[in-house]
Amino acid sequence: MIRATGVPLASGTLFGGGLALGGMTDPARVRGFLDLFGAWDPTLAFVMGGAVLVMALAWQVQRRMQVPLFAEGFSLPERSDLSPALISGAALFGVGWGIAGLCPGPGLAALVIEPASAAIFVIAMLAGMGIARLIGK
Amino acid sequence: MLPGYPDAAPLAGLAGGALIGLAAAVMLLGAGRIAGVSGVLARAVGLADGSMTRPAAWAFVLGLPLGALIVMLLRGGLEAQFAGPVPLVIAGLIVGVGTRIGSGCTSGHGVCGVSRLSQRSIVATVTFMAAGIATVTAMNALGWEILP
Repeated sequence: MIRATGVPLASGTLFGGGLALGGMTDPARVRGFLDLFGAWDPTLAFVMGGAVLVMALAWQVQRRMQVPLFAEGFSLPERSDLSPALISGAALFGVGWGIAGLCPGPGLAALVIEPASAAIFVIAMLAGMGIARLIGK
Repeated sequence: MLPGYPDAAPLAGLAGGALIGLAAAVMLLGAGRIAGVSGVLARAVGLADGSMTRPAAWAFVLGLPLGALIVMLLRGGLEAQFAGPVPLVIAGLIVGVGTRIGSGCTSGHGVCGVSRLSQRSIVATVTFMAAGIATVTAMNALGWEILP
């Protein structure tokens, strides 16, 4: 149990800490990044850049590993097709992201910063996920 | 602060981003999985099937506010301006549907997939960034102020 949950707990905690440190738990800052043609705030690009750089190194390490450190095997997405669902879903997500300046990670992390507002977003997001499940995804 | 961008926090952004990358690396190299928040959340609440156990998914989900809490306590508070309840509900619904149909969000596609040079994730990331920029630009053009 500890072996199975310790890694995701550590990952989630680092993730939430990184989001907060990088300012991504502030919807105003995220919307500032998306306001490319207005009062643009480039901070999110630095967050993404830092994360992608570190993770690119991790993929190099992963290629040389037979199995993960604390699991029986790798369980990774292998699809490469550009389906209509991928693009329409991503476009829809982007619209929602722009409206409130929140994506799933910051929404959950912000539960300790602005509990009431974050909870409204998270509950609506779960409802949306339920709707997606009902329509067959 | 960056020249010309008074609100930018590039160093905090880079540091936070590196932590996020480390988080995703821990998940990949430790558990052999993608740290994709929308997928793991859906798995935790039973809205997605998959090989990740639900306790493991919950551990990741609960870690997110825990990590934010630690940073908030260390820094003596965090700034955050949220939209009102109506836009939050609309946005939440759309984000929930979109991330499931599109198989991921900023973390799974944007961080894990882009760094892996996954074609699907690169296309998804360009798409949701463009849609987000278009949405904020359109809302500003229409004078729809959502944050206080």
